[in-house]
Order: sequence, then C-alpha cells, then structure tokens
Amino acid sequence: MLNVGKIEEGFVLDHIKAGKSLAIYEHLQLDKLDCTVAIIKNAKSDKMGKKDILKVECDIDMLDLDILAFIDHNITVNVIKNGEIVAKKELVLPKQIKNVIKCHNPRCITSIEQELPHIFILADPEREVYRCKYCEEKYREGAKKF
Amino acid sequence: MRHLMNPLDFTVEELDKLFRLAQDIEKNPGKYAHACDGRILATCFYEPSTRTRLSFESAMIRLGGKVIGFSDAASSSASKGESVSDTIRVISAYADICAMRHPKEGAPMVAAERSGIPVINAGDGGHYHPTQTLTDLLTIYNLKGKLDGYTIGLCGDLKFGRTVHSLINALVRYPNIRFVFISPEELRVPDYIIEMLKDKNIPYEEVIRLEEVMPQLDLLYMTRVQKERFFNEEDYIRLKDFYILNTSKLEVAKSDMLILHPLPRVNEISVEVDDDPRAVYFKQAQYGVYVRMALILTLLQITV
Repeated sequence: MLNVGKIEEGFVLDHIKAGKSLAIYEHLQLDKLDCTVAIIKNAKSDKMGKKDILKVECDIDMLDLDILAFIDHNITVNVIKNGEIVAKKELVLPKQIKNVIKCHNPRCITSIEQELPHIFILADPEREVYRCKYCEEKYREGAKKF
Repeated sequence: MRHLMNPLDFTVEELDKLFRLAQDIEKNPGKYAHACDGRILATCFYEPSTRTRLSFESAMIRLGGKVIGFSDAASSSASKGESVSDTIRVISAYADICAMRHPKEGAPMVAAERSGIPVINAGDGGHYHPTQTLTDLLTIYNLKGKLDGYTIGLCGDLKFGRTVHSLINALVRYPNIRFVFISPEELRVPDYIIEMLKDKNIPYEEVIRLEEVMPQLDLLYMTRVQKERFFNEEDYIRLKDFYILNTSKLEVAKSDMLILHPLPRVNEISVEVDDDPRAVYFKQAQYGVYVRMALILTLLQITV
C-alpha cells in the first residue's frame, strides 16, 4: 500500500475516474505551477472500485477549478487548510471553455483556420448545453479531446 | 464600435429606429446622397454572391461613399492561405467599414474580433445572413405596417437555409408570432431552433405539404434548395423540385398574404406568380438597399 502524506494548504481532488488524472493535470495546467502535486492512480475505492486522486499543495485562490464541473461532475474537491478539510468546493459550470473540446462542424471556420482557439459558450446551464462560439454547433458527447 | 453578426445584435427598439431611417432614406434620397462622402466600404466576399454584394455596393454608392473589395476567394489572398484575422487587419487600414461573406460559419465573427472597423456579416455558410433578415423585416414592416401577430409559413430548405434561421431568430422577439415549417423530412429546421421555440413557448407546426397550411398563412417565405449546401448531387436532384409555388396553390391563400423570397429564385416560384400582387420578392430587393444604407450609417455613427 502506497502512502502519500497530508498537504497543509491546497486541494484534494477525489473520485476522479481511474486513468483520467493526467488529463485533469493537463487541463488545470498544473505543469505551470511551482508547487507540490501528487498524482495517485488506481487507488482502491469502495464506491468506484478504482479511482484517481490529485493532491495539489498551493494557495487555494490560485486554481480555477470550474472546468472540472464540465469534465466530470463526480469529482469531489476538498479544500485543505492547516492540514484539515475545511470545505467541499461547489463546482459551477464555466461560462466559457477554451481548447478543451473541439468543434466538429465541417462548416465551421475553426475547421480550416488551425490557429483559432476552440471556444464553447454555455448556452443553456440547465441542460448543460455548450455551443461553439463561432458556428453555434452544439457540443456532442464524445467530442472531448481526451 | 459595433458590428452586425446576427439579427439579434440589435434590440427591437434599435431595429425600429433602423427601419424608420430606411423609410426616410426611401422618401428623401437626396438628403443622404453625400452622407458617406470620403468613406470606403470593403466588400470581402469569399464566395460568389452577385445580389448581396451589389446591394451593399449600391447602398454605399447611393450614400456618396466608395467601394473596394473582392468577389470570390480565388481573387483574394485567401487563395495564398491568408487567415481571415490577417485579412481583416489589412482591410481595416484600407476601408472604414467591411461587409464579409464567407462559406465557413463564424468567419465574420473571427474578423470582428480582430477588426479595427465595423464588420457586417453578409452571410456565413448555413449560419446567419442578418442583412437579408433586416431586408425581410423591413419588407413586412413597410407593406404590413407592423411586425407582430402573424402566422408565418417558411417553405423549402429549412435545414441549410441561413435566411430562414436568421428570420426565425429575429421574429421570435415580436408578440403573437406563430411558425409553420413546410419542408421535406431531410431539410427540416435544425433542433436548436426547435429547442429555442419550445423554451420561449412560441407555437410552431412542422408539415410536409404546402397546400394543407396555405389558408392560415399571413406571410409565406419561400426558399431555394441550394445545390452548394448538399454533400452529394443525388440528394440535391431528388429534393430540389419538392416545393413549387404556382397560381393554383395560391387560390386558397389569404388575399393579403405576402410572398417573400430571398432570391435568386430557381423554379420554386412559377413565373406566373410574379404578377400576383401578393408577390413582393422584387420589392424586397429594393428594400434591401435602403436597409443596408441605414445600417452603414448606423454602424459608422453618421447622422444626417
């Protein structure tokens, strides 16, 4: 059994679908932060069988975690201060997501101009519908880049 | 600085002001003949469109301005691989306002994000064609006196027809509007429009035959089944003659129903219908110039 120690201040992202922690590491751009990050893959879970966990030691205002609400609703975010869980962060769907999913409309300008960002706007928060900023094509399940 | 990407970019009140300006231009053309002296309109057309481009050019020339531009991608730097963003930055240095048509959806919005001058979407693929919508609305406004309280039949290619999508989005903002969508199964209005109508509780009906709904229509908007919107020719040939309006179909229509069409017409409206007083599609083309004149003045913030 592998043990990873407590963190003093930061986040513990729990209940990540097994194998997806690296993708989340990438989307949160954790590689750009100069802080301690622990990636735990395939940890035992009563609820999920196997799960991934990310521990990030950083100032709690440093990370915008809302993208997690789009990636996976089931992820729980524990906010840590002084080594203890002080809150469970409520995730809100981001109003805009950039370069997380790709527009697959062959008629969209992004299909021919490679340098353009793929930006999706939250068109309907209740139904969790995102549309391409440029052509308004609806995001389809499975269009995620990862 | 304002752009026009979508008919919804202007509020109902702003549209009303625009239409009143267009009406004044029609009544007093001399008053506006030099309103754009020294100004240049760039028409950046990445796909051919005689009608819309000439309408924009006519509008600018009637305002005293001048026009530069290109009429297809092959004669522009796009053929060398230049991006829309780069092209508009250059055009911004040459002109005061730009009308852009592009086969790819969202291209004018990309241009607007980088532009130093107002950009007008003159049609982006199957997406929007807001100046056609302004033309359609001005036609209804001028000939019927109001924009609310109609049952509107939209007939033909409702899937790829950008004029249809733009018109629906614009009309839902007026009270007591009811839509009747008349199209073959393959060319039905996209789901996102149906979802929007459901959300706003706007009544609509989808039918296959034009004849069965004709008596209830106050306005009939005919569209062309466009060859360039199809991926294969077989589908195009099978569907293009599906809906043809002729005088016998019109016998059961209301006497004051208006027949609109964004033009060009191929064969979806028989030539015999042209003499019917309800056929207003050629008047529409005339109103298209006035509304574009009003739009250019509005976006350039020129008051006369």
